[in-house]
Parts: sequence; structure tokens; C-alpha cells
Amino acid sequence: MDSKEMLFCGNAGDKVRSDCRIGFLATRDGGRKIDLTSKVLVMFGEDIMKQANEILDFYGIENCEMKIEDAGALEFVLAARMEAVIRKATGSDKEFLMPALEKNLEGSPKDRFRFSRLYLPGNTPHLFINAGIHNPDGLILDLEDAVAYDKKYEASFLVRNVLRCVDLADAERMVRINQIPRGLDDLPFIVNHGVNLILVPKCESADQIIAVNDKIAELSDNKDRKIWLMPIIESALGVMKAYEIAIAADNVVALAIGLEDYTADMGVQRTREGKESFFARNMLTMACKAAGIQAIDSVYSDVDDTEGLINAIKESKSIGFTGMGCIHPRQIRVIHEYYGPEEAEIEKAKRIVLAFDDATAKGLGVVSLGSKMIDPPVVKRALTTIDVAINTGKLSANWKEETNEEV
Amino acid sequence: MKKFDKFVTNAVGRKVPTIVNGKEQVPFMGVGKYRPTGNKAAPPIATAADYPEDGNKTQPDLKTALIKAGLKDGMTISTHHHFRNGDVLAVQIFDIAKELGVKDLVWFPSASFPCHQPLIKYLEDGTIHHIEGSMNGALGRHASYGKMAGLGVLRSHGGRYQAVQDGDVHIDIAVIAAPSADAFGNATGDRGPAACGLLGFALADSQYADKVIVATDNLVPFPCIPWQIQGNYVDYVVTVDQIGIPEKIVSGTTKITRSPDRLHIAELSAQFCEEAGLIYDGFSFQAGAGGTSLSIGVYFAEILKKKGWTAAFARGGSNKYLVEMLEQGLTKFILDGQTFDLEGVRSMRENWNHVNTSPFTSYNYHGKGFFGTFVDIVIVGATEVDVNFNANVVTHSDGLLLHGIGGWQNTLFGKCTILPIPLFRDRIPVILDDVTTITGPGDLIDVIVTERGIAINPKRTDLLEAVKDSKLPIKTIEELKAEAEAICGKPKKARVDENEPVAVIKWVDGTIIDTVWKVVE
Repeated sequence: MDSKEMLFCGNAGDKVRSDCRIGFLATRDGGRKIDLTSKVLVMFGEDIMKQANEILDFYGIENCEMKIEDAGALEFVLAARMEAVIRKATGSDKEFLMPALEKNLEGSPKDRFRFSRLYLPGNTPHLFINAGIHNPDGLILDLEDAVAYDKKYEASFLVRNVLRCVDLADAERMVRINQIPRGLDDLPFIVNHGVNLILVPKCESADQIIAVNDKIAELSDNKDRKIWLMPIIESALGVMKAYEIAIAADNVVALAIGLEDYTADMGVQRTREGKESFFARNMLTMACKAAGIQAIDSVYSDVDDTEGLINAIKESKSIGFTGMGCIHPRQIRVIHEYYGPEEAEIEKAKRIVLAFDDATAKGLGVVSLGSKMIDPPVVKRALTTIDVAINTGKLSANWKEETNEEV
Repeated sequence: MKKFDKFVTNAVGRKVPTIVNGKEQVPFMGVGKYRPTGNKAAPPIATAADYPEDGNKTQPDLKTALIKAGLKDGMTISTHHHFRNGDVLAVQIFDIAKELGVKDLVWFPSASFPCHQPLIKYLEDGTIHHIEGSMNGALGRHASYGKMAGLGVLRSHGGRYQAVQDGDVHIDIAVIAAPSADAFGNATGDRGPAACGLLGFALADSQYADKVIVATDNLVPFPCIPWQIQGNYVDYVVTVDQIGIPEKIVSGTTKITRSPDRLHIAELSAQFCEEAGLIYDGFSFQAGAGGTSLSIGVYFAEILKKKGWTAAFARGGSNKYLVEMLEQGLTKFILDGQTFDLEGVRSMRENWNHVNTSPFTSYNYHGKGFFGTFVDIVIVGATEVDVNFNANVVTHSDGLLLHGIGGWQNTLFGKCTILPIPLFRDRIPVILDDVTTITGPGDLIDVIVTERGIAINPKRTDLLEAVKDSKLPIKTIEELKAEAEAICGKPKKARVDENEPVAVIKWVDGTIIDTVWKVVE
């Protein structure tokens, strides 16, 4: 059952795991012929057959040949692959939506810390399920460079199902769409499915941001839910337009810089010292500070060189960046440690939080520290700073008791 | 000879035969409950007058030696896995048996590897009747479908010594692959062109077999020092072109993991040990083969460095990471059970405190104690664990017998046994209501560390108390199981024929803890 007309979505082969490849061919008669091979045949073979039939029912397909080559794919993966191949073959635009986790439909705070954001290739299922346990601030489901051109279609379904169904812990759910205008076609797969933040790659103008926002507005079924944007500056033109892009819309929360493409655009080599991108990075942080948004640095690509990563972070932080992309979970803790709050910042946050506690205990509506009034966003930020300090091991979870003892 | 008969239910509720390959068996009675009496087995008395005065026991080739040893139908032939997947001798022995028309042999290896796949044809043509030892990969798959004439018998390394010593298994001919040997039969594994480290798994065989053949590709003048195997036990010495492929003793399971999830499990395991107070100046540990276990060893080394402490000893499987610890002074000794890579081999040769041990000293349950019980932290793996902390290392959830026991059962007697395992593999949950095959009882398994939380055996109230105020993600094993099922779904059980056993799993005392059933195709 592997006829030439059969269309396929997904991946199969000796090295493939937690994924599947689905072949589909609509036929005129003969009923449904489903050919299943699975490394979990004994444990889940019946469940997979049931799921396949449910999806075929949903699309009203009575006659077909379906070939399922399963390497231990979870349900959301099987569903994404089946839907992708059926829609590709039949032209249907019906969405087969699995129930979304309630928490995955919640928004994220605009000013949350975004020290680390971990890239996950959008068509590689085994990396998704446990990505949250490494505690990155953000997880980027990448539909752009990490997905081969002929796999982009099927990856959109997978990314949509991850956004809806996979518990990504406390990470902000981010998607890097394709370059505009192609990236606009990715938006139907993410806008109403729990994305918190969209990375807009190779951004070179405010118009591109406006185009993304227009499309979001057109698609969105919940106008109250904010979707944040993080344009990525990856060219000389993008650098020169950084401020314009930063202020293009009020949902732009950060600019990121992508140095591989930037150096290629400049026709220079990317070096360890980074002199070739010094101006661009300064320009970007300048634009971000002027616009009041976060500046996020490019990834550090040598996963094994922790010392090099630390030095890169120190330098990055010194010119105004507040976070960095990462390509391996091992980099997350280092990034949190070195971008995280410094001692003076923690001390200040402690004083603010104690003053807030004091005001709350006294039933006061206004928090003050000495003679200075403290605004609610400042208190909120201080609370977050304390949280991050505790999570990165810079502050004891019992710091209040310990502070009282010291007193 | 009845392949199996008289099923009973043992102390862990498993149906087991009490007749296996014609011999009476004792069902598992609980940890420490079976106390056999009587005397150990003994080999025949030999007389020096029957051996050459000049000590030259060499024979022209392996075939001649096997014929002189009296190779005949129904015999039990033992070999050893010091070369792991680089063993070449076992297949040669059965090639010769086939050529001589000998039938119904029992192969009694200390472990089998993918390199032994060619033996399937001898299981099919009757040259080999059955295997008493681990059946990895293809051999296990062959047995799982009921294609072996006899019942497989799986034992731990310590259980193998126990079985030979107690007379449960009588070895007719032992063939020992030796990287260096002299003509008298003294042999060592730590030097020679195919050095593999130690020869400890062959100790029982040399002491108890009727006939002992040492095969080497590096015949040295007397005395071969160190004499890990003593020539006084040896009947014949043969020289062969190649005794084994030392590069292949390094298998995929002896490299540090690069998987982020497994590194996370390793780190959590090390944090648990630190926060539970299990690591101290002078502690001891065993980290098995497997990428996660090895990574935990690396974290232990970091903790020791940070605190300025030294481990009293590390139990190997030695590898380059343990050797680094030894040579950096982070552990005073390596007590080695088998070398997992060539750095381990080098270190054993060069470092006086890298000690070769045998299953007798480390693991034998029918002895006057064994040092496995002194080890503070034991890190081992499992294919499945159940909610009562019983664990499986031999079968997969589809019922296929694919792994041996190794020293796994024996190590469980350490002071704290920790299983760092992923909560699920692809779609297969690892924590279940019931494991497919109980290889180790939950009484001896203390902590399960997964990427999504740590479960402590409720019997270990001391450990629960020690970490109750920590930030570690402590959960119940039921919570972990529920989490796995929420992600994967609830798996169906293996489809097996529970009237048709294909192998039995021995506990360290020689009793039968579980049965492996024929997989229904």
C-alpha cells in the first residue's frame, strides 16, 4: 500500500522517534484500508487505529488508503500529521482541533522577564514534550529556518497542536513565523491557539509589523487577548530602521538581533570578538531603550563552551541586552544566572517588597519607601525580581524570615 | 526432560515453574528468606601427575582442546563477556561443535551481545539446546517467540557465581578468552594486544568447571603476571589469531548522555543525593553503564571537588570518567567489576588502587557477606517500574526479552538504590501498575528520579524526612504514573501466552522471581 499517488506527511526512518509518517490516498470505493506499523503496536495499536478512524470520520472520508508508520508519536503528533496529509490531499480547510489545555490559552504579562528563549525546530516532535521542564522564560516553536521548505506545511499543524495540547510549564509560548509576507500564512495556525508572542524574522520595516497586526486582528476570536511581537533584526536595513520598528505598535515588547543573517547581509565573517556587529547591537539596544522595550541578543552557538557563553553574556549585558536566545537547554541556567538580577537590584527589590508587605498589613493603599511613593508596576517588578532571584538560586526562599532574624 | 512443569505463585505474586529444564526449582520467597543448607559443589580432584611437569599445557588449536576436554552431547559450555560486543570466541566454539556433530549443548555465558547473533542458527539446528545467561537483542527476540528448545535461565552476575558454587549449574567445559596467558594457564586481561581489563567473570568457571581451556592471542613466558586466573585450575592452553576486539568493549551505553532530558534527570539525581545527605567525605557509590548514570558520576565529581571531599571507593564498571576521578584523587579506589572502555583497561594496568574484583567479592549472596551491601549510593536503570517500586530490566513493555540482568539485582543491596529513568520513552510510560517482568523487588528500590519528579519508596521514611524541606520535585509514584498516562495514554499489556514460559528470572539466591512468557505474534 505505497502507491505513487499517495501523499505523505511526517517523518519515518531508523533515527526518527516520537514521530510518525502518514500516507494518504483518497479512493472511490473499497472502504478504509489502514496499514499500521508501530513501535508501540502492542501498547497503543488499538488507540492509534481509533484515532485514525475518528479523524477520517471528522473529514467524512469513507474510502481511502492510509499508511501509518509510527515511531512512538504522541496523540497530538499523530493528529497533526493525519490532519496535514488529509487536508493536503483533499483541499479541505476544516481544522481538527484537539481540546486545548486551559492554561495554554492564558496570556502572558507584557513586561515579564525574557532572559532565555529556547529554539525548538517546528517539525521535530520529540523535542517539544519535555521542553518546559528546563525552565526557559520562553519556548520558540520555529517555523522559519529550522524547518525545511517542503516540511513547512506539515510543521504548521504540529506547532498549532503543541500550542494547544502540550504543557510547556511556565514558559512564554512563542512562535517564529516565516519572513513576511510568507509568515502571514502561518498566523491562522497560531493566533487563536495559545501563542503568547510572535517572532517576526528579518524585519526591516514598521509596515511588516502593521501587516502582522492587521492579520492578527482579522483572525482573532478574542480581542482582549494580547499577542506580543518580537521583531528580529537581521540586516543592515533592519538595523537602520530599528527604532521605527520598535515603536511600530504597542504590542512590540522586544527587538532581537540575529547575527548570522546580519553578518551575511553585511558580507562579513561572524567572529568570536563580535567587532563586526558592535554597531548593530548598540543601535538595537539604543532603539529598544528609547522605545521602552526589551533588547534580546543573538544565540551563542557553541553549546559546549560555557565559559565563552558567560563572557558573551557579560559583554551583552554591558551594552544593554536583557536576554539571549538559546539552542540547547544547557544554556538556560547560565543565561538566567548572568542576565538575572544583580545583588544591588535584589536588595532594592527586597526593600520594596517588605514595604509593600508593611503597607498591606496596615491596610494602606499606598506603598512608600522612605519619602518616596512606590507605583504598583514597580512593586510588581520587584516581586518578579525576587521570584527570579529565588529561582536562580541568588536568594533564599526564606529570605523574609532570614531578614527578620538579622534585624 | 520436562522443559517446565508445576507452576506456583511466588512471594511477589508471579506464576513461576518449579521444574525448569528437568531440574527442581525454588520459587522466590522474599528478600533474605531462602536459606539453603548443605555444602557447596566441588570440581573433580585433579592430580599433578596427569599434567606436564614443565607446565606446558598448550594444544595446537581450540578444536583439539575441546576434543581433549571431552566435548559431547548435552554438555554445558561457558564463556565470558569481558570483550562485551567484541567477543569472537563463543561463536568459534559452537562452529566447532557443529562441525563435530555435537548436539544439545547448554551455553552458559556471563552475558551475550549482538555479536552472538550467529548462534541463532545453532539454536535452530539443535547444536545448542538452550542458553542459561542473558539474551540480548536478537537472541532474546528469538527466545521470546518460543523458538528455543529449552527454557532460558537468566541470572545476575552474583547469581551466576552462586549457581556455580551451589551446584545449580555444573560447567563441563569453561573456555576463557585471555588477552595474555602463559603455557601453564595463568592468565590476565589487563595487558596484551587485546587487553580488556579483568577476567573476574571467569573466576567461578575456572574454580568449578570439570575442564578449563584458556585461549589467548598473546602467549607469554611463565609467569604471566598478574595471574587473574590461576593456571592451577587450567587444563589446556591454546593460541588463536585473535582473541577479541577490544575497541568493541566500548558500547553505546558507556558514553555520557547529550540528551537534555537525561542530563536533567542526572542533575536531579545528584541534587537528591546531595540534599538527602547521601554524599559525604568517604562515601561510596556505584554508577552503572548508561549515559544517565555516567553523567551522575560526573555531577558527583563536581560536588566532591566543591566540598574538598574524597570518595572511599567507586564501584565500576570503570570508564574514563571514573578513571579521571581516581587520578584526580576524588576517589581512593575503583573496585572494578568490568572495564567499559580502554581508559579503564589502562588505569587497571597502571594504578595500584584500580582493583579488579570478581562477582565472588562484590556480589555473591551465598557467601559470608559481599561488599555490594556497603555501597552508599547505587545508580542503576530499568525498563519499567511499578507503583510498588518493583522494577524490570529484562523485558520491554511488549513482552520481548531484550536485556540481561548483569549485576543489577546484586547492586540493589546497596544502602540507597536510585533509578534515574525517563517518565516515558517515546510513547511508552515507564511507571506502570505492574511491570512486565519483576527482576528486582520493590523492597530494595528506594528512589525513582524522572525528569518530571522524584518518587521515594514510602518505606524510606528517613529519605522522605531528609528532603521534605528541599525544593526538589518530590511526588508519589502514583502521581508520576498519572502524569505519564496523561501524556501517553494508558498502555495495553503485552500479549503473551501465560501457559508457555520461554525463560525464568532467577533471584540472587537461586530462587525464581518471575517468568518470561512467549510473545504472541
